[in-house]
Amino acid sequence: MALSEETRARLAPQAAEIIGRYPKARSALLPLLHLVQSQEGYVSQDGIEFCAEQLGLTEADVTGVVSFYTMYKRKPVGEYHVGVCTNSLCAVMGGDAIFADLQEHLGIGNDETTADGKVSIEHVECNAACDYAPVVMVNWEFFDNMTPAKARDLVDDLRSGVAVSPTRGAPRLVTWKQTGQILAGFPDGQAADGNTAGEATLAGLRVARQQGWTPDDGPRAAEGTQ
Amino acid sequence: MTTILTPELSAHWDEPDSFRLAAYERDGGYRALRKALAMSPDQVISALKESALRGRGGAGFPTGVKWGFIPQGDGKPHYLVVNADESEPGACKDMPTLLNNPQALVEGIIIACYGFRAREAFIYVRGEVLHVIRRLHLAVAEARAAGYIGENILGSDLCVNVVVHAGAGAYICGEETALLDSLEGFRGQPRLKPPFPAVAGLYGSPTVVNNVESIASVPYIIGHGPAEFASYGTEKSKGFGLFSLSGHVTTPGQYEAPLGTTLRQLLELAGGIRAGHRLKFWTPGGSSTPLFTDEHLDVPLDYESVAAAGSMLGTRSVQMFDETTCVVRVVLRWVQFYEHESCGKCTPCREGSFWVRQLLQRLEAGRGSEADLDKLLDICDNITGRAFCALGDSIQAPVASSIKYFRDEYIEHQRLGGCPFDPAASTLFALETA
Repeated sequence: MALSEETRARLAPQAAEIIGRYPKARSALLPLLHLVQSQEGYVSQDGIEFCAEQLGLTEADVTGVVSFYTMYKRKPVGEYHVGVCTNSLCAVMGGDAIFADLQEHLGIGNDETTADGKVSIEHVECNAACDYAPVVMVNWEFFDNMTPAKARDLVDDLRSGVAVSPTRGAPRLVTWKQTGQILAGFPDGQAADGNTAGEATLAGLRVARQQGWTPDDGPRAAEGTQ
Repeated sequence: MTTILTPELSAHWDEPDSFRLAAYERDGGYRALRKALAMSPDQVISALKESALRGRGGAGFPTGVKWGFIPQGDGKPHYLVVNADESEPGACKDMPTLLNNPQALVEGIIIACYGFRAREAFIYVRGEVLHVIRRLHLAVAEARAAGYIGENILGSDLCVNVVVHAGAGAYICGEETALLDSLEGFRGQPRLKPPFPAVAGLYGSPTVVNNVESIASVPYIIGHGPAEFASYGTEKSKGFGLFSLSGHVTTPGQYEAPLGTTLRQLLELAGGIRAGHRLKFWTPGGSSTPLFTDEHLDVPLDYESVAAAGSMLGTRSVQMFDETTCVVRVVLRWVQFYEHESCGKCTPCREGSFWVRQLLQRLEAGRGSEADLDKLLDICDNITGRAFCALGDSIQAPVASSIKYFRDEYIEHQRLGGCPFDPAASTLFALETA
């Protein structure tokens, strides 16, 4: 795949806007890479060349940055990229079983894509949702408290075009390419949608409300906690 | 029953619009900014010092002191960089804060910039959290539209711009100087310190790098006064913070409480360890903090007490594992994480993590020997303190503490020629796979 002249022309104003956010242009490199990934689904040599051109860098400079960060892909991934957390806590709570099960169910290995191009899978590191373990990410949205069966259903739905919504996130799941636009700083208007205060998020607050420990319920002395 | 939880940052998370500016203002938001603007910038820094707030990103350095390091009248631009790269295994407090109360961070940013005279702030948020990034953009846009961000804020001389910057997947960028390199458009590799960011940070200019929760605590401190904040907690660990309970606990989640609260107190509120099981080991502050066991339930979770008991408070990321869990498996997986996330700049960390991982794999498979345990400790000793940043040191934490408390379990693997545990028994859905 290549970045066509039309695509480059379309991206140029966005690139200029990104560069304009920073006191020094090179700071724009990470968002620019997210931007080019939004076009092809991965960072191609053309994408690298485009970023280098915008910032007056060499392609080698840009390539060195691309290879450092795991979110930049160097080959196409699925329309829905599924990341299973297999860091210690999620792994123990079921992430290892989920990941093994998904590989078998889809007939693909880590960092591979189904033949229909719909789903790719990858084991990911801690995604800051340990209180919802085991966690699965689809296009970087949270799918909390997963089980092997729920994960199988999830990828089946993704492959057959059934709409799925994250547990905490935007109700309309965007495609892998569309994530690049949001990551580059061009949100899609879904910020106010979706429930983000799940059970675990509210666990402590609920106890505090039951006990009358919330700020609205009168004075809050800290006695007895030292 | 005495008050154990003190929801402040999390006080309104159960309101469906808690992330909107209107809701934040309804609940008293941006009063602190008005109060700050009536103070002098130096008074704002003094208030932070008086509050004794210590950095909530793990290291616990006093936030007000950090602000005070920024040289004033130096003619250089000053920057605030908010570290929202939350990636420490176990840490999961900043993401819910940003999803549900991003305006506390934005208000804190404006007050901080007023205090140490910065005109530009960057929120460096990890990339793998799409909805958090949406919420941050919305929060900044709403604050800008209301005149809290931009030129002449609330009719004052204060001008602050805020930029949301998404990372691209690299744990090391949570290290403040690696974060700055990344924000400058480079590979995220830590810098040699000194100079510290307060002297030469972003673009070589004086820069404060603060954790999300530190900055989000600023409106409370200014609004309620530093003395009230300091009335919570312990003598040297003031205030409150989010404790994130995860793992084999009945009700995992976010529990905001004064520093110095014990895990026994928190567990009581969280329904204890899952039914029919008992606590085996836990991290007080993420994978980089040495393990504790059920002997440590009464250690007050403040910086001093946790350190005295042999660990670190870190990010108050309490990961709990019950007796079904193999400690070797857990430690190996963390070491694989550190190996993967080592940026490669310093040889002891890059190579050491590689060797530690191999030894642990051998031990987990039951092909190790007791001499391997000494070798592991020796390699860890040779990593710790010998790299630019703390990532290498983090490898030692789980390895050495697990050998200290569970040496027999390592040896049992060798005796049996494999792992004595059934991984299915540790899962939350043990029935489904049985």
